[in-house]
Amino acid sequence: MISRAPVVATLLACALAGCYREKREFESPPETPARDAARLSAVLPGGSAPLKPGAQPTPDRSRLDENAFAVNQGKRLYRWYNCSGCHSNGGGGMGVPLMDAEWRYGHEPRAIYASIVEGRPNGMPAFGGRIPDEQVWQIVAYVRSLSGQVQKDVAPSRSDTISGAPPENTRPEAKPAPGKAASSGR
Amino acid sequence: MGAELRRRAFALVAAAVAAASAGAAFAQGRTPVVPGAHDALAVAGPQAAQIGELWNLTVFICTAVFCAILLGVVFALWRSGRARDDEPADLSSIGRHERGPYLSVLWSVGVSIVLLLVLVVASVVTDRALARMSLENAVNIDVTGHQWWWELRYGGDKPSDSFTTANELHIPVGRPVILKLRADDVIHSFWVPSLAGKKDLIPGRTATLHFRADQAGRYRGQCAEFCGFQHAFMAFEVIAEPPDRYDAWVAAQRQPAAEPTDAGARRGQEVFLGSACIMCHAIEGTTAGARKAPDLTHLASRTTIAAGTLPNRSAELARWIANPQEFKPGTNMPATALPADDMRALVAYLESLK
Amino acid sequence: MTVSGTASPPRLNSVPPSAEDAAALERTWRDPPGLLGWLAAINHKEIGKRFIVTAFGFFVAGGLLAAAMRLQLAQPDNRLIGPDLYNQIFTMHGTTMMFLFAVPVMQAMSIYLVPLMIGSRSVAFPRMNAYGYWIYLFGGLMLFVAFALNIGPDAGWFSYVPLAGPDYSPGKRVDFWAQMITFTELSALIEAVILITGVLKLRAPGMTLNRIPLFVWGMLVTAFMVMFAMPAVMLASTALITDRLVATHFYNPAEGGDAILWQHLFWFFGHPEVYLIFIPGLGFMSAIIPTFARRPIFGYSAMVLSLIATAFLAFGLWVHHMFATNLPELGKSFFTAVSMMIAIPSAVQIFCWLATLWTGKLVFKTPLLFTFAFFFVLVLGGMTGIILASVPLDLQVHDTYFVVAHLHYVLIGGAVFPLFGAFYYWFPKITGRMLSERLGRWNFWLFLIGFNVTFFPMHMLGLQGMPRRVYTYGAEMGWSNLNALASLGALTIAISMLLFVINVWRSLRHGAVAGPNPWNAGTLEWSTPSPPPACNFEAIPVVGGRDPLWEPGGVRGHVAGLAVDSRELLMTTVLDAEPETRESFPEPTIWPFVGAVATTVFFIGSIFTPWAIVWGSVPVAIALTAWFWPKRRENTAHLALERAP
Repeated sequence: MISRAPVVATLLACALAGCYREKREFESPPETPARDAARLSAVLPGGSAPLKPGAQPTPDRSRLDENAFAVNQGKRLYRWYNCSGCHSNGGGGMGVPLMDAEWRYGHEPRAIYASIVEGRPNGMPAFGGRIPDEQVWQIVAYVRSLSGQVQKDVAPSRSDTISGAPPENTRPEAKPAPGKAASSGR
Repeated sequence: MGAELRRRAFALVAAAVAAASAGAAFAQGRTPVVPGAHDALAVAGPQAAQIGELWNLTVFICTAVFCAILLGVVFALWRSGRARDDEPADLSSIGRHERGPYLSVLWSVGVSIVLLLVLVVASVVTDRALARMSLENAVNIDVTGHQWWWELRYGGDKPSDSFTTANELHIPVGRPVILKLRADDVIHSFWVPSLAGKKDLIPGRTATLHFRADQAGRYRGQCAEFCGFQHAFMAFEVIAEPPDRYDAWVAAQRQPAAEPTDAGARRGQEVFLGSACIMCHAIEGTTAGARKAPDLTHLASRTTIAAGTLPNRSAELARWIANPQEFKPGTNMPATALPADDMRALVAYLESLK
Repeated sequence: MTVSGTASPPRLNSVPPSAEDAAALERTWRDPPGLLGWLAAINHKEIGKRFIVTAFGFFVAGGLLAAAMRLQLAQPDNRLIGPDLYNQIFTMHGTTMMFLFAVPVMQAMSIYLVPLMIGSRSVAFPRMNAYGYWIYLFGGLMLFVAFALNIGPDAGWFSYVPLAGPDYSPGKRVDFWAQMITFTELSALIEAVILITGVLKLRAPGMTLNRIPLFVWGMLVTAFMVMFAMPAVMLASTALITDRLVATHFYNPAEGGDAILWQHLFWFFGHPEVYLIFIPGLGFMSAIIPTFARRPIFGYSAMVLSLIATAFLAFGLWVHHMFATNLPELGKSFFTAVSMMIAIPSAVQIFCWLATLWTGKLVFKTPLLFTFAFFFVLVLGGMTGIILASVPLDLQVHDTYFVVAHLHYVLIGGAVFPLFGAFYYWFPKITGRMLSERLGRWNFWLFLIGFNVTFFPMHMLGLQGMPRRVYTYGAEMGWSNLNALASLGALTIAISMLLFVINVWRSLRHGAVAGPNPWNAGTLEWSTPSPPPACNFEAIPVVGGRDPLWEPGGVRGHVAGLAVDSRELLMTTVLDAEPETRESFPEPTIWPFVGAVATTVFFIGSIFTPWAIVWGSVPVAIALTAWFWPKRRENTAHLALERAP
């Protein structure tokens, strides 16, 4: 048994070396905030649509919703940038609810990113140039957790504030049906 | 065996030195700040002085006891016999009362108890003295600890007299200061060693700390409770000034930010108001009113930026804004890359905020 | 009355033990061979050895983590290790040393040594003992696997909330820490129960409580402390897990919880924890010094009372970790007084050892050298402890490198130096070989010098304002030289540890063969061969004194009439160790291992989902049922041993 121990230990170490590691990246490539450049997309209700030609492509960081650190940062930014002023803790108010299955402009990360960066009719401000890209992707990841679309062990638990809503990791998945048109009433 | 061991040991030492020197290659070019006094034994106020006196008494007694015990060990080693490996044990003590050792132990324990009592009394007396410092005509400051900076709010007679600043406390010499300590996120600890002991800032609780600076000067403080990624770089400064200088500072801080006069600074204000800065920073007198990051209204009046990490000079300010993660990885401020002339303008504007 | 159909009447041992007796006892008490046998082993010496080796492995891992920290701090503004990794490293270092090394290694030594010292063939619950080891191993491995995957805990070894709460520690990092607590505290509680029961009921006849070795007293007191202290941290960490997993609000001030609740619960455990580490060290001192001073210890009764007093007082100190919070000042003064008072029983112990050394005849071997280090290092640590006990002084040096210096002086001086002395002392008994004296002295001096060069400068650093847990510092602070010196000392410690490992490695192969009693010591474990046979004693001795191998009439006779073909032990009364009953002990089985695996799955699963508690309890229940299921063959053998009055 003594002579087998180093072999077992080496194999274990190799196995561990191949495992997936949680990443926490602080440095992100800073992009020039183009204050005046319009990032145009096809603003069509009912689903996410591709960018119009000539629009600036930005790196797709939609996999951040698999990273608990990024989702938690998104939660912090959601509080700091006062998204809850219109959207509450996902229940909506002046703004639309974010925890239901209705996504007028699409529920995929890229679509939510576009909504935040470009703004939307009826009161959603355009935050492009105001919120850096990496932070937008973090907020996107958090917003998806509001409707339970993020894995349970990645979504945040309760916050250290007054309990305004069920914690994100207990929210049932409000999966938007594919191809469903936006309902009327708002 | 010895030679082989020595060779292996040498290789190990060489490897370790190489690794440590590699760290030097990593050491980044952070311009050092000139720190204020930051030493628990370099006292500048009555709180720290009281503690210093207790320190002297306690260290004196403890050193004496330590030396006495060491002497006891040496004495025991000197006076004891020596035995061979196989010598039988000495059983003469079984059933017999050993008077000499018994009295020695009894006396030693007695002296220890007396000394400990002295120290307990001295400690409680010092505690009382610290609590009894006069609080007449005190300056009241609200301190809120954030990850990883200090928000300072001064009040006044009228609500409109209050102002917010960050990371740099100014206090008048000779007047007591009462700090109300709150935390916005996790536990921090307010500690300026030259002036007073520390106090924790605990979310959900309001703690109070009071002290007085009896000499003018710059005193450095640092967060003393582990609070996350940048606990290491969460410093602050306490600047004790003669009362008239202090009043002038307060009057200046109460004013909103000066409007920029030259073209460069005006452009800089446009850059500021058009970028991500306003999402978190406030400048009184402009439309920027967010309270999630240090208040920049009088940024140029401070000696350091980034909670004592960098000196407040144009070059450092530009590098900080361009990439805060270079100096404080993990901090909440994101990188902001601006075209070179925009950055120059922005820095010029910020440097005009005296 | 024998059960009809039994093959032959059971064979009982005779005095003096015959060769057939010895061979039969060896067959009865040894662990089964092969891989399955290795997993099913329950012999306390085998478990004890595994426990010691595992704990030492964690010690080395913790030391490597410390080396990484010292490398990073050797220079100002260093970029070798960033803040995220550094936070994980210092948390892992503290957690490993405190939970995975310091307490377990003491329990490990006691599992091996206490039955031998009290004249017993086994610990009280051998299967549960094995289970406790596996739980400890799996918990420690879980923590290091998490660290390897960059999800190691990063909130410090005492994990203050709200930093460790769900809002500020995202992901599963702190959950692994909290669950590791569950593993190690379960293991510690199990070992404590085993030890208390063993010491109180399994002593050799004639070994009254007044005659048990001081090391056994120390472990008994420690075990009682474990029973009272561990539940507090299990409660605290469970509340943390539920806060993080299922949104309870124990530590959420906005919803009626309190961040300070964590500190109270943790430190109510945390302060006794350091005495759990310190008191066994005192036990080692009391075992080694009499042997190398060639006389029984001076003041046995005072020593015992001091141990008990220390244990009681240790539960009244915890708020001294919280002096910087806004608790009422009068309350804090109470804890100042008790924190200073606890120095008194320790002082009694020190003076009694000095009296023993002074009136004895010294044999200067390596174990004795390590005890001298205690006097220098621990006493200095005790002095800085007195400084920290005072509220005003603590408010200056709390959470600075002054505390880092203090805690290493008391823990390493009070526990690790005596532990190394104990390794050198009992290595011959455990392995049958002597460790090299020459390498031992090199080990000792490098360790002592390296330790002081590393940690003494930290006192100054703390006074100069360097806080704890900083991943780097500015060149302008003036802390650079002392930090570089400390890092050099750390290198020296590493070299000394390497020498120790080399010493063990070479001595296992080429060391001088040790007889039963190479040090001519007086306690019972030295009456067995080295290493002891599977049954420890072929005939249980009847004891007549505190140092049975020294005193005339120390061993008054031996016990005859215990079975040799079946695991039978003599149980004695609690105070006076009069023979009371014969107890049949269980045989090796794989179920403790399987049960530990099932428990591990249960615990690790509950980090991710509360449903694991429901589903995970099924395999645990199955394993426990199989474990306790009576076997016909064993029952028959036990019934055959019953005798009517």
